[in-house]
Amino acid sequence: MQHDVLIVGAGHGGAQVAITLRQRGYTGGIALVGDEPELPYERPPLTKDYLSGAKPFERILIRPAAFWQARGVTLLPGRRVAAVDAAAHTVTTAGGEVFGYGQLVWAAGGQARRLACAGGDLAGVHTVRTRADADALRAELPAVERVVVIGGGYVGLEAAAVLRAAGKSVVLLEQADRVLARVAGEALSRFYEDEHRAQGVDLRLGAQVKDIVGDGRQVTGVRLADGTLIPAQMVVAGIGITPAVQPLLAAGAEGGDGVVVDAFCRTSLPDIRAIGDCALHANAYADGRRIRLESVQNANDMAITVAKALTGAADPYHAVPWFWSNQYDLKLQTVGLSAGHDAAVLRGDPAARSFSIVYFRAGRVVALDCVNAIRDYTQGRALVEGGARCDPAAVADISVPLKDLAAGA
Amino acid sequence: MPIITVVSRDGTGRAVEMDTGTTLMEGLRDHGFDEVLAMCGGCCSCATCHVYVEPASTATEEEDALLALSAHRRDNSRLSCQITLAPDHDGLRVEIPPED
Ligand SMILES: Cc1cc2nc3c(=O)[nH]c(=O)nc-3n(C[C@H](O)[C@H](O)[C@H](O)COP(=O)(O)OP(=O)(O)OC[C@H]3O[C@@H](n4cnc5c(N)ncnc54)[C@H](O)[C@@H]3O)c2cc1C
Ligand code: FES
Repeated sequence: MQHDVLIVGAGHGGAQVAITLRQRGYTGGIALVGDEPELPYERPPLTKDYLSGAKPFERILIRPAAFWQARGVTLLPGRRVAAVDAAAHTVTTAGGEVFGYGQLVWAAGGQARRLACAGGDLAGVHTVRTRADADALRAELPAVERVVVIGGGYVGLEAAAVLRAAGKSVVLLEQADRVLARVAGEALSRFYEDEHRAQGVDLRLGAQVKDIVGDGRQVTGVRLADGTLIPAQMVVAGIGITPAVQPLLAAGAEGGDGVVVDAFCRTSLPDIRAIGDCALHANAYADGRRIRLESVQNANDMAITVAKALTGAADPYHAVPWFWSNQYDLKLQTVGLSAGHDAAVLRGDPAARSFSIVYFRAGRVVALDCVNAIRDYTQGRALVEGGARCDPAAVADISVPLKDLAAGA
Repeated sequence: MPIITVVSRDGTGRAVEMDTGTTLMEGLRDHGFDEVLAMCGGCCSCATCHVYVEPASTATEEEDALLALSAHRRDNSRLSCQITLAPDHDGLRVEIPPED
């Protein structure tokens, strides 16, 4: 089968490419091939409203089934692309099907990293990346009292919050000396640690997992390097993803931890673009460093970049990064990238459960983390976009709205 | 179930029946109004579900703050993900603002 545009990966980015192409009047053939059995759906609720049961699956579909048919988008679910032949312009699935393409868009995201230690494959050990993962976890929950969550990133913390709300006893293990170490400044880490502890999570920092202990089939606990044994009927590992780019790299694309793309999401191979979690790109908000961003914003905005490029309106990718995370009654909203900041100013009072942290690099505002502080989030976005230089003391003064500081940029 | 008239960016209108108990954003999405990006899926974090509504209704404080992200805000602006549909939304007229 030949498709003008073949999209590999039916997640956030892949779906948005197809939607935007049609919206822009593209009339060629579009196919969306994905290894999951479902229609494209939203991933963030998997550790939020879907995991808690507040939203059924139909409500997290990116579009209903009829939509794809009406837009003439061919869905090819349940198929994993195993090989790409860039010269022949074909892909081959694990099941041996071959699809030809005019343009290939690689939007395959990443696979949840699995625990490499002994016992990591016991029943009751989970990751949360797909609907199937979340369903498996939910199905076991009624019989589970004690859960160990491994990893204090957003996925682990959100899962811990939902599990606590469901009345489970939760131990959260983080190997670093603070949670969210990869993505946020220390003040935010400390705030979330306090919050999880106040909610009853037994949160342990600097915890090295030695192995997962079981009865030969089912997990019974987690053993730490210092010998401590933590009993558990369920383990949830939120330890990051491995970008799903192996077939592209095997086909000769430049990359490593992801596939390298330019400002138009072109890989080094002809007629192959890549977007979303797997795309290693030079980001203006990271001083032009090559990074991968794991966010809905990045997947969507790159999808739009590609759809524009494929419909003759090339517009380089330069979107400001943003992200959100919901835990308990706390709404975190992030704009910009704080990695590499050299100063951080606290704005507001964490004890009041509404505050922001403003990050600076070389005197310019590069990011904000806003907790229950939506006004700072929206007004701070302009500071980040403009690379505003402002006085840290002025930023700390909550009586001055951030928008009044933008003028000094 | 409420019947809602939706006017797209090109000015064309279409009356559609939406389910009560879900949000207006979900109704727009499920009826194929692709101009509504709704990137955050209703988490009140993106403002890409911005619409104009007639009759006008009051935005929540959070919404009000988030609407500042749009250059096309008007008095009758709302975030469609923050409107839970009820029978009395019958007759609502929704317009999709210009792209931000
Ligand atoms: C639990 C969870 C919570 C999150 N919460 C947030 C949040 O609050 N805010 C936020 O901004 N982001 C959040 N994210 C991140 C966000 O979901 C991702 O950044 C986004 O989904 C990336 O989109 P994508 O299109 O790159 O990849 P995905 O959405 O992961 O889609 C990729 C698809 O490709 C499939 N695939 C992989 N390899 C192949 C292959 N070889 N052949 C065929 N198909 C393949 C995958 O199975 C998957 O279906 C969260 C992620 C998770 C897992
Ligand atoms: S969908 Fe993001 S604010 Fe409504």
